[in-house]
Amino acid sequence: MIKITNGRVIDPAAEIDTITDLYINNGKITAIGEAPSGVAVTEVIDASNQVVCPGFIDLSVHLREPGFTHKATIASETNAAASAGITTLVCQPTTKPVIDSTAVAELIQDRAQATAKARVLPIGALTMGLEGKQLSPMAALTKSGCIAFSNARATIANSQALLRCLEYANTHDLLVIFNPQDNSLVANGVMHEGSTASHMGLVGIPESAETIEVARCLILIEQSGVRAHFGQLSCQRSISLITQARNSGLQVTADVAVHHLFFTDENAKGFNSMFHLQPPLRSQLDRAGLLNAMVTDGIQAICSDHQPHEEAAKHAPFAATDAGISGLETLLPLGLQLVDRGLISLPQLIEKLTYSPAKILNIAEGTLAIGSRADIAIFDPQATWMVDKDSLLSAGKNSIFLGSELKGKVTHTLLAGEIVYRSQI
Amino acid sequence: MIESIGNNQSQLNDKGQLKHFLTTEDLPASLLIEILDTANSFLDMSSQQVKKVPLLRGKTIVNLFFEPSTRTSSTFELAAKRLSADVLNLNISSSSTSKGESLKDTLMTLEAMHADMFVVRHPDSGAAHFIANQVTPRIAVINAGDGRHAHPTQAMLDMLTIKRCKGSFQGLVVAIVGDILHSRVARSQIHALRTLGVAEIRVIAPKTLLPKDIEMMGVKVFTNFEQGIKDCDVVGMLRLQKERMNSALLPSESEFYNHYGLSSAKLALAKPDAIVMHPGPINRGVEIESAVADGPQSTILQQVTNGIAVRMAVMSMAITGQLNACDPRI
Repeated sequence: MIKITNGRVIDPAAEIDTITDLYINNGKITAIGEAPSGVAVTEVIDASNQVVCPGFIDLSVHLREPGFTHKATIASETNAAASAGITTLVCQPTTKPVIDSTAVAELIQDRAQATAKARVLPIGALTMGLEGKQLSPMAALTKSGCIAFSNARATIANSQALLRCLEYANTHDLLVIFNPQDNSLVANGVMHEGSTASHMGLVGIPESAETIEVARCLILIEQSGVRAHFGQLSCQRSISLITQARNSGLQVTADVAVHHLFFTDENAKGFNSMFHLQPPLRSQLDRAGLLNAMVTDGIQAICSDHQPHEEAAKHAPFAATDAGISGLETLLPLGLQLVDRGLISLPQLIEKLTYSPAKILNIAEGTLAIGSRADIAIFDPQATWMVDKDSLLSAGKNSIFLGSELKGKVTHTLLAGEIVYRSQI
Repeated sequence: MIESIGNNQSQLNDKGQLKHFLTTEDLPASLLIEILDTANSFLDMSSQQVKKVPLLRGKTIVNLFFEPSTRTSSTFELAAKRLSADVLNLNISSSSTSKGESLKDTLMTLEAMHADMFVVRHPDSGAAHFIANQVTPRIAVINAGDGRHAHPTQAMLDMLTIKRCKGSFQGLVVAIVGDILHSRVARSQIHALRTLGVAEIRVIAPKTLLPKDIEMMGVKVFTNFEQGIKDCDVVGMLRLQKERMNSALLPSESEFYNHYGLSSAKLALAKPDAIVMHPGPINRGVEIESAVADGPQSTILQQVTNGIAVRMAVMSMAITGQLNACDPRI
């Protein structure tokens, strides 16, 4: 039996926030506070001055295996996830081949199980090849472990095809995740359309590229009755549209990639390709709107939208680089910045990283309730560390924060009661 | 604060001298004036019998063009030769270097030839900044046009043309007309004109050829040519690329000419002594009437002459700036 002693145990699902001990046996949480009788403690983890909470659930990770192993592998990224306190990561269908067959879905989970560092829940492709034409075998994919379905950013332009997808998903009571983007408006855009893009001579992506698609999806969600979630929103107006729909009774949720809460299009001045993102970083107003929605619960979850790249992919003039940042390992430190600034409390942050995403996915994780699986993150919210190519375990070194010091360091991660990460310090 | 993370490429050395020339933005007025004054002195020289000066003798300048260009690359070549530098012209189709690593490989290969300066034209905005970040310290990078972002030597030759025609920038009303959206020339002109203190900068174009929120760059926007050109001192025309007609940006050449082409009648609305500039090559009958292009108010050929002088000026200044740089880091 493992005893985690003297930590600040925070479990928003059970509304626990107290300094106490936690006991783990046979991969499950067996007691909080009083030691259960009859079992010997074999290992003690001293969590003094640290936070003990459910392992984080990251709603958007682009695993690069199969197909892009020159960027990263399942082994490298689940290892990085473990070091960041992330015990469940939701894998986008953007592998090669895409996750439209049970073989690919199973391969990804087999590889993840072999590394035994983090649980991987694949998102199945909504259509074959993400081509927006033929429905994928959603029921079979669900049996093979797919947790939800999405066409990622390969928007289904044909509204009838999209409606059929949603109706079919609803038939089997499946969750559909939207990364809303009208690609005819994105065209060859590489950053938010606004004065900064005009200034830099970069092709802009208008806000309407996202909001038009949000509006269309909301109408079709209502028509089909499907369970739906919007992932990685970038525009304040998208939140307004979703909140409006929710107020009129539609059951939809939303998340945001954590870097969208900090940066805007103006950060791309100087052509730093690390700020080449999809969806793009938008205006100050959008950032303020996203922050506000996060505080008022218009956005339920925060994710990393992790997109590891090889060095060469970011080593070119801005528009010629690949979009996306490596974000697993900076998810918690950025979240803690929001707490430090008084925008949300620590339990609220942990809820958006654990219980809320679990509820969105309809899974049992994300809590420390007695009897639940012992997926646990232990972190020191005050410890600082330098982000550099050596300290990042992800194969993708494309972090905005290279050379910066961040606060908040995971010391231990437990996956089903096994210690899968223990920091060196 | 986390939010302040970014990447500020400086084109100045620690003494405030030019060591690269990437953009006209954020340069102090004194430096722009220094470029104009230096160019002026070269201009006097180019009318003499011996046109060469030994300022860059022994230096190797590589013209690195990832986009076809005849006039810009030849004026850079001539400028380098008049400064007694050795010049290597490389035209590289950008399709073979569409990925960054090969661009980097190209640069490393050229560096191994001990080049002292790269003159770069590239279809991607920010390419010159990228290259300046990549090259070894002590290699100067001159931007000869990057995507829609900047074409600083073109803008400075326009400034020299204005200065020589008008004497000063004070009180001038300048209109920039045409395809602002795709124009690196317009962006560089706007930065330079603001710094040099003209009274008003106007841009005139249909909404499909205007970048979003262009007002934020300190210009007045006109979609009506007649209103926009009224009482202007300087009319800067832009080239309209033929391929723009194939997209949803414009209905036809003739419709564009009717509304945004510079005819003698429209020019008459500007001040009587207004000058007409154009970066060339001109599309007669698309953006400008032949009679205007060849007329007394046109400065198109003067601009070419001024272009060589301006390029000589920035090349010599950047080489000096590199030599004087204490901090070798960019």
